Amino acid sequence: MRFFLRAPLPRTFANYAGRKLFRFLLTIQGFVAFALITLGVIVTKFRSARDVILPRTLNEISRSGLRLLPMFLFMSVALGLVVIGQAVSWLSRVGGTHTILGTIMVLAVVRELGPFATALLLLSRSGTANVIELGTARALGEVEALEALGIDPVHYLVVPRVIGMATGVFCLTAYVILGALVSGYLWAFLQNVPMRPSDYFRQLAESLSSLDFAVVAVKSCLFGFFIAIITCYHGLAQPLALEEVSRATVRAVAQSVIACALLDLIFILLYLVV
Amino acid sequence: MDAPVSPPRKELAMEMAGVTVSTLNDPTMVMVEDVHWSVSVGDYWVVGGLQGSGKTDLMELAAGLIPPQQGVYRLFGHEMPIYGEHLLPERLRVGLVFDDGKLLNQLTVWENVSLPLRYHKNLTREQAEQQTDAMLQAMELMPWRNATPGALGLNRRKRVGLARALMLRPEVLLLDNPIAGLDVRHRNWWLNFLDQLSAGHALMENRPVTLVATSGDLRPWTDRARQFAILKDKRFIVIGGRAELPGHSEPMLRELMAAAA
Repeated sequence: MRFFLRAPLPRTFANYAGRKLFRFLLTIQGFVAFALITLGVIVTKFRSARDVILPRTLNEISRSGLRLLPMFLFMSVALGLVVIGQAVSWLSRVGGTHTILGTIMVLAVVRELGPFATALLLLSRSGTANVIELGTARALGEVEALEALGIDPVHYLVVPRVIGMATGVFCLTAYVILGALVSGYLWAFLQNVPMRPSDYFRQLAESLSSLDFAVVAVKSCLFGFFIAIITCYHGLAQPLALEEVSRATVRAVAQSVIACALLDLIFILLYLVV
Repeated sequence: MDAPVSPPRKELAMEMAGVTVSTLNDPTMVMVEDVHWSVSVGDYWVVGGLQGSGKTDLMELAAGLIPPQQGVYRLFGHEMPIYGEHLLPERLRVGLVFDDGKLLNQLTVWENVSLPLRYHKNLTREQAEQQTDAMLQAMELMPWRNATPGALGLNRRKRVGLARALMLRPEVLLLDNPIAGLDVRHRNWWLNFLDQLSAGHALMENRPVTLVATSGDLRPWTDRARQFAILKDKRFIVIGGRAELPGHSEPMLRELMAAAA
């Protein structure tokens, strides 16, 4: 202890750490403020300009959901293969019974991989597009143009994206989970696992609880909300020059992944408590 | 004995007292200081200045996008900036045409022009069709109705910006460098159209629109606008009417009115 008092950390390092800490705190403050503003706008302007905002929201739901179905079908099949393939291989090696395949699928796919992988894939597809579109619009002065026309940029640009991504992650998560569960049985069948479909789906039903449905619904919606808020914040909330858009995109992706992981951790703790 | 009858005082559209203008991206940077300026309803002002003199920032402040760093700015008697939703109708009495149009690149020309109308009046595309098409026709933009801004040249982009600003029928129209970079035909079209707006155009229900334009070249405006001012060394200098232009001693004014070398 005395050593540390006599030889404090180099000043440059303290500066560096302090700057990082303050930047982190400012970023968190920015996200919270932006999220609260967005929620406020959703509530207070729910009915205003519906004929403009509703079509934009439906378009965002299509962009962050419907149009991605083929890609997510592929992912769900791959997810079923990965989990069942590894589970069957491991159970064969340790001499385990295949009666827990359904339980493994619920633990791995329904509770964790389904929502998390869906959120990350949607971040790479639609989240990055958010930052680039909004960052470019900001840099080209389109946001000023909206303000000059008396149009609230958060209402026009952010609200449809937030609702679209929250709905999109929720629907795609359900789709991915269903696809992975069904494809999981097919992969088990192809690996000659002696199990009838009815046995497999009974295992699934017994392993699922009502809490799983609630948690998956809330978690996937929150993933979508957080990704939309973080990506829109980086695209819109800071004055950007065109050359800064790529850096903002990288920052937004990294921070979205961290936010989703932290959110997931909270839900894991919830399972441990309940 | 009867008191002398003074002419009726015109209503003030804009009034600035000791206003310091900063920029949108850097509120600490001072572009123009101590602006004292009154614009009455029906006026037609042109503010001259070189590039970087703060013309755009002055227009953005006048439109309510930037708060004054110091001083008081009143728009139709309301102290700006007015961000409250209940004061939005007051803000919409002013329209701003940006230098390069600043159109929304994801939308078509028709969608850009109809957006303010649809947003503020909550109209479907079908409901906004008639008014938007009438505006596009007046601006001679119908052939580019479904084009995106990226496919348009500067001449047309500026007209789309004008059409969009006029959709809500503002009483004051602020124009940032409206004829800069245009070819002769389009420049004449703009100057004639602004004359019509100032006198009362059918699109605006024949009501005269108060005009404030900025320009880096005062020559095209000398027989069009009625009041002139210039920006020089962070100062806003009111020149006065057309009659004051030829004999004014301000060197910058002579520079802005000089023929190209």
